[in-house]
Amino acid sequence: MQWQEIWPPLLGGAMIGLAAAGLLALIGKVAGVSGILEGVLRLEKHELGWKAAFIIGLLAGGVVLALAMPGALPESAPRALPWVIAAGVLVGFGARLGGGCTSGHGVCGIGRMSKRGLVGTIVFMATAAVTVLVMREAGAA
Amino acid sequence: MKLVVAFGCGILFALGLGISGMTQPAKVIGFLDFFGNWDPALAFVMASAIGVYLPVWRVLRRRTPALGGKMAGAPPSPLDTRLFAGAALFGIGWGMAGVCPGPAVTILGRPTIFAFVFLAAMLAGMALSWLVKPRTIKS
Repeated sequence: MQWQEIWPPLLGGAMIGLAAAGLLALIGKVAGVSGILEGVLRLEKHELGWKAAFIIGLLAGGVVLALAMPGALPESAPRALPWVIAAGVLVGFGARLGGGCTSGHGVCGIGRMSKRGLVGTIVFMATAAVTVLVMREAGAA
Repeated sequence: MKLVVAFGCGILFALGLGISGMTQPAKVIGFLDFFGNWDPALAFVMASAIGVYLPVWRVLRRRTPALGGKMAGAPPSPLDTRLFAGAALFGIGWGMAGVCPGPAVTILGRPTIFAFVFLAAMLAGMALSWLVKPRTIKS
């Protein structure tokens, strides 16, 4: 691997860690995106404000990316639309059933030395890798 | 003020996702292709994020948040069926489209049919989870 391929993930990852750490240090909240999004979807009474503000920030950051580095955002779907729909449902359902996604289990779970976060991360990495393998072998591009 | 902090952290989080490559589904799928032409670059994202987050949490976990309120408690611990089933299904979906929940919101910065369809399906999936579990498990 070349250094040019390594520094963007290192820098981007540090920014993600800093954002999550900032949320914890300043307002005492955990930056698990699927849980935050579900809270907004439920229109939770007491937690809605900061959760909605965080999600709007995620979106605003996306707009900044679209303007400053459009190549960072996808131009088209990586798979046919029925796959996209099935994938979206599985991601939403699975993340909430399992209580976390890449940020909740991965960053904030492992980052708080949670065995549950580590196990969840290993499980979803494994099934994701098998899924990619199966789809490639089946030729479902 | 708390809303401004949450908004600002959301922006920083999204920019980190974009710079790291997590908002490019093809790159994510390449990272998950362990048995093929594996692109390991995105492994540095989680490693780096945890490298920043973990020490901050270690120092702050017993303190009060700077802007008041309660510090988040210890993460939930049960290794139950829900965790295994949910994480397994989440991984299958992540492998299929290369998008997880943070990027699902951020990619709307470039409004494509793909971005809207994925987000709508993901929110529907979240709502479906309410049928099999009564309350949110905090994470």
